[in-house]
Amino acid sequence: MLDDPEHRGWLAVALLVLITVLTRAFFLLPGQQPRLPGWLRTCLRFAPLGALLAMVVPEVALNQGQWAPQWQDARWWACAAALLTYFGGRRNINHALFAGMGVLLGLHLGLGW
Amino acid sequence: MRRWRSSLPAWLVWPGPRTLQHALAGVRAVTGPATGTAAMGLVAGVAMAQSGLPMAVLLPMSLLVYASSSQLACLPLMASQAPLWLVGATAAVLNLRFVVFSAEWSRYFHHLSRPQRVALSYFAGDPIYALFTQRHPLPGGNRRQRRREVAYYLGLALSNWAVWQLSSAVGLVLADQLPGANSLRFVTILALLTLTLPMVKDRPTRVAAFAACAVALPAQALPRGLPVLVTMLAAMAAGLLAEHRRPRPHAG
Repeated sequence: MLDDPEHRGWLAVALLVLITVLTRAFFLLPGQQPRLPGWLRTCLRFAPLGALLAMVVPEVALNQGQWAPQWQDARWWACAAALLTYFGGRRNINHALFAGMGVLLGLHLGLGW
Repeated sequence: MRRWRSSLPAWLVWPGPRTLQHALAGVRAVTGPATGTAAMGLVAGVAMAQSGLPMAVLLPMSLLVYASSSQLACLPLMASQAPLWLVGATAAVLNLRFVVFSAEWSRYFHHLSRPQRVALSYFAGDPIYALFTQRHPLPGGNRRQRRREVAYYLGLALSNWAVWQLSSAVGLVLADQLPGANSLRFVTILALLTLTLPMVKDRPTRVAAFAACAVALPAQALPRGLPVLVTMLAAMAAGLLAEHRRPRPHAG
């Protein structure tokens, strides 16, 4: 059965579904709310910030996995536009995102960066 | 009327206008980040179409697996007929951050039944967590508050899920007609970046953000999936230290 690529694919998909569900429901599966010590609670407050930045920073700073800074980089200007719009404006994340997207697409399409 | 309503199972009772307002607030809050979800869905759809896997595998994958990063990482493995344990291990490492998040969700959802908790957690992606904890930093004390939290959560989560399903289906079908997957990919990153901005609001969170930025690049040398975990731990440790250094807030 494992020789058929389609069956293997289905097994892999089932495995992915199982892992997705198990990881996301990990502390929700036990009948009682898990008792966590106070310091761990404090730590958890910073977890999403760390996880999101872990995904964002390399994508912004590196080019194809390499550190090769150049100022003609649409991604950096897009991030700068998003940050400026957020902290300089009304602290609205939608405004920040659309400003960043505008700069990104403008530089991509207009200047071909 | 009241007695009749209370004899029904909770999920059958029409939620009422106030609860619906909270659900709609969730739908509104997710509009911006959902743009990033849509871009990511398109990218994932294109990646699935180009992986060379048969459509009979790709369709259930697109419909059932709701996990963009592990999906994108596992596609090349599946296409190259890598052993199943490797596919599973890669997905597990990339999903470890959700184990951490689930500890937080358990504080909000512990009053629900186990199937309900598991069903809700299925939809708990990164943007959902970021937006939800911003509006509800602490779980509510009474039933009404908890009901509103769940309503807000469903508003966020279901609209984000619908956007993901639609965009990944479009990407899967129109893969050849969609140029510029690279700039689309960066729209996702921009959306994640904007989600972090409201989280940076006091000294401990600034310290945690700084630590994450400092560790994220050197951590890239580690095998796939581990950089996220290491960076997350660095942010947590730095935040905890900064929190303990903080002078005790005075009353008033």
